[in-house]
Amino acid sequence: MTLEQAAELALAAAEAAGATDAEAWADESQGLEVRVYREEVESLTDAGGRGIGLRVFVDGRSGYGYGTDLSEPALRALAERAHAGAAASDPDEHAGLPESFGASEVGDLHSPEFDSWTTERKVELAIAVDRAARAQEGVSQVEQTVYADGRGRVAIANSRGFAAAYESSSAWAYSSAFAGKGADLMTGLGVGMARDPGGLDPEAVGSEAAERALALVGARQPGSRRCPVVLDAFVAASFAGFIGGMLSADSVQRGRSLFAGKLGDEVAAPILRLADDPTDPGGLASAPFDGEGSPTRRNALIEDGRLATYLYDARTARKDGRETTGSATRGSYRSAPSVGTSNLVLDAGDKDLDALVRDAGDGLFVTDVAGLHSGVNPVSGTFSVGATGRLIEGGQLGSPVREITIASDLVSMLKAVRAVGSEARWVPFGGSVKAAPLLLEEMSVGGS
Amino acid sequence: MSLLAPELAQAALDRALQRGGDWAELYAEERSGFAVSLDDRRVERPQSGHEIGASIRLVLGEATYFGHVDGLAEPDLLALADSVSQALDREPGNAIALSGVQPRPAHEVRERPEDVPVERKVELLRACEETARGAGDDVAQVTVGYAENRRTVAIFNSNGFAAGDDRTRLRLSVQVVARRGDRVETGTETRGGHAGFELLDDRPEAIAEEAARKGLTALDAVDAPAGKMPVVVGNGFGGVLLHEAIGHGLEADAVQKDASVYAGRVGDTLAEDFVTAYDDGRKPGEWGSDGIDDEGTPTQRTTIIEGGRLTSYLYDRLRAQKGRALSTGNGRRESFRHLPLPRMTNTYFGPGEATPEDLIEGVERGLYAVSFGGGQVEPATGDFVFGVSEGYLIEDGKVTAPVRGATLIGNGPEALAAIDGIAADLEIATGFCGKGGQRVPAGVGQPHVRIRALTVGGTG
Repeated sequence: MTLEQAAELALAAAEAAGATDAEAWADESQGLEVRVYREEVESLTDAGGRGIGLRVFVDGRSGYGYGTDLSEPALRALAERAHAGAAASDPDEHAGLPESFGASEVGDLHSPEFDSWTTERKVELAIAVDRAARAQEGVSQVEQTVYADGRGRVAIANSRGFAAAYESSSAWAYSSAFAGKGADLMTGLGVGMARDPGGLDPEAVGSEAAERALALVGARQPGSRRCPVVLDAFVAASFAGFIGGMLSADSVQRGRSLFAGKLGDEVAAPILRLADDPTDPGGLASAPFDGEGSPTRRNALIEDGRLATYLYDARTARKDGRETTGSATRGSYRSAPSVGTSNLVLDAGDKDLDALVRDAGDGLFVTDVAGLHSGVNPVSGTFSVGATGRLIEGGQLGSPVREITIASDLVSMLKAVRAVGSEARWVPFGGSVKAAPLLLEEMSVGGS
Repeated sequence: MSLLAPELAQAALDRALQRGGDWAELYAEERSGFAVSLDDRRVERPQSGHEIGASIRLVLGEATYFGHVDGLAEPDLLALADSVSQALDREPGNAIALSGVQPRPAHEVRERPEDVPVERKVELLRACEETARGAGDDVAQVTVGYAENRRTVAIFNSNGFAAGDDRTRLRLSVQVVARRGDRVETGTETRGGHAGFELLDDRPEAIAEEAARKGLTALDAVDAPAGKMPVVVGNGFGGVLLHEAIGHGLEADAVQKDASVYAGRVGDTLAEDFVTAYDDGRKPGEWGSDGIDDEGTPTQRTTIIEGGRLTSYLYDRLRAQKGRALSTGNGRRESFRHLPLPRMTNTYFGPGEATPEDLIEGVERGLYAVSFGGGQVEPATGDFVFGVSEGYLIEDGKVTAPVRGATLIGNGPEALAAIDGIAADLEIATGFCGKGGQRVPAGVGQPHVRIRALTVGGTG
């Protein structure tokens, strides 16, 4: 049975169960994962799966059911479970399918190159990443190198007659290297992501892991201080992802976002521009339509320091008397659509990392943060998170530091941005983020 | 109810071994669940799921070949076995004759959650909301979440053993947002277990009361102090510190890759002689308990620290084989779509003899960290960071003002060596543990524990 056929059967089953409206989302995927240790295969995983999720509406009440069995009797049972859930929930005058549907032009999300790669070549690629990390002098160990990919297909259909589908492919690699020994051991991560394995540079991923670990060897806990801070692209992405989550209209409407009531307000330094862009084929979260069939589009979130919009799906948009921004996201058929970010894009500036460090003068260069999700209060925005990195001394990178905390609140931090770096890249931290380093005027750094 | 006929399992394992391998394993699973929540005064997001699938794992030396499919249809399982076998090119092997498996619950489930009408679950959500809203005028928002799930598993190993388990878990959590002027704070409380609906028989509103109390208390919080000071860690969820800062470093995969600060240290004294800790996957009804692990090894209580000495790592089959040890029943996986890894079950410090008051009394100026919002550790170095979600100042031996924004930063072995007091009030709480992209339920617990000195990163 094709995904489209299963979706149609599910819609019929929903109608038979008593739904006034329904939407089916079916997806299938095939992927390979190679884990390498000491330049040998540690595990090789070949994985396939398919399933369907069904959202039913009954006079303003909604329910969701999902399953892996696409047979007609199973789809009928699924529809009945989803309907029973809806019947027990409370009505929401804003719930329901979007008013209009469609697919945007997003370029080719499935690379034709992808299918020409054999498992053997992918294994060689993974080993090449591992070798590149191990080759650097001073690397004591490479804990793990992983290559993973996936190609998939998504089909959506709803009771208003809309039906669409798309295919996509992705490949990524990462490696985790250690440098130093015993209590002085430090770790570094290298990453790469693309639409097909050919888009990955194994040498770059491996070297990055090694260099990030080597840069931290001998790290000590410094004294507490207030000073300028440079966040590298990984760390900037993590913060961007956190901020993106709080720009969901759902969080705002439920009173869980510090950005509530701040539309149009100055929430960041004027040089800061942040967008959510599901139409950029470079971002792995791109798609022609969102999780409920609305066409996707680029949404500027922070423009010249001002909060331009929240992210909306159909329900939250109705509640605010606006249009959906096409931001209903889904991880897979196992989850009902919810408002979220796709690809966050931080606009790059014109200064390279060396220039940012020079401008910082005396401060801190942060290459890793820990505990972001437990260390930030999403409502007030105050945070205190663990950090690792290097001191900046006289405009140069100095000695490595660990066991420190950086503390501020998110809006103060956004307003403290003095420069955005020029070296923008896609990273898998904070979701899918095209990030660049950030120079912040001042932060509170906690140490001994 | 038998998930998979032994003849089919046998045929699939024979196929998996057709081009060689030390052993192969078939893992079949049926998963079903239901969740519903109440948010912003509305019962919403009812969600039910039903999945069936299987995976096959083929092991040769230190290499693992793995694949999974949705469904348990014979042609799909045989095709999966063929596909997994393709990685090797050796003498064919055979599975030893397998018996059938009847998955049965190892922990008591008195009232099957799926037999409870959804209306009763919804009533429970509303009762919790009402309780939380009644706790004070500053309660601005209440979210209540209910989730039940059942996993029936059957595991067949070519070494000739087969085992099954029927697992039911239930969880209710309440989150309260408290607001006064510009101040906004949250409080969360969860009750969960490997149990049926009877878990919620005993005053479910108590969960809401506790969540509201935490949120309201936080409104009066002052900025956290910064610097090195004694820290008394609360019982129950305070055990996440043990889980993150020590437990992960005892998982044998990290140890064998020398990616753990505890590698090569079994037998070493790491803590004062009154410190004992366990990983216990058998503890009746606890959140992290199962009958068997996800490789079919019966769960057990493993003493990881005894009298201050490190006594054992936590093993799955693969790492036990490599480490010439026996599996400790810690081979766990999120679902049939995942490879098992050495994972903790319920991990906790054993009770001592002090009272929490004894521990606090001895502190001139310090932090009482009651609960954490979460944490992170680098097992290779033991460095950890925890966000304190509920904390208080300790001044002159007394608990005083609540603090906000506190973070604990430290190092596992250093913190372990600095434990200078343990109370008697052991409690185990409900957590989720992420590792290698897999999320599994894990119980974290401890009695009140005092650490002589730890770095507190504050905003103040």
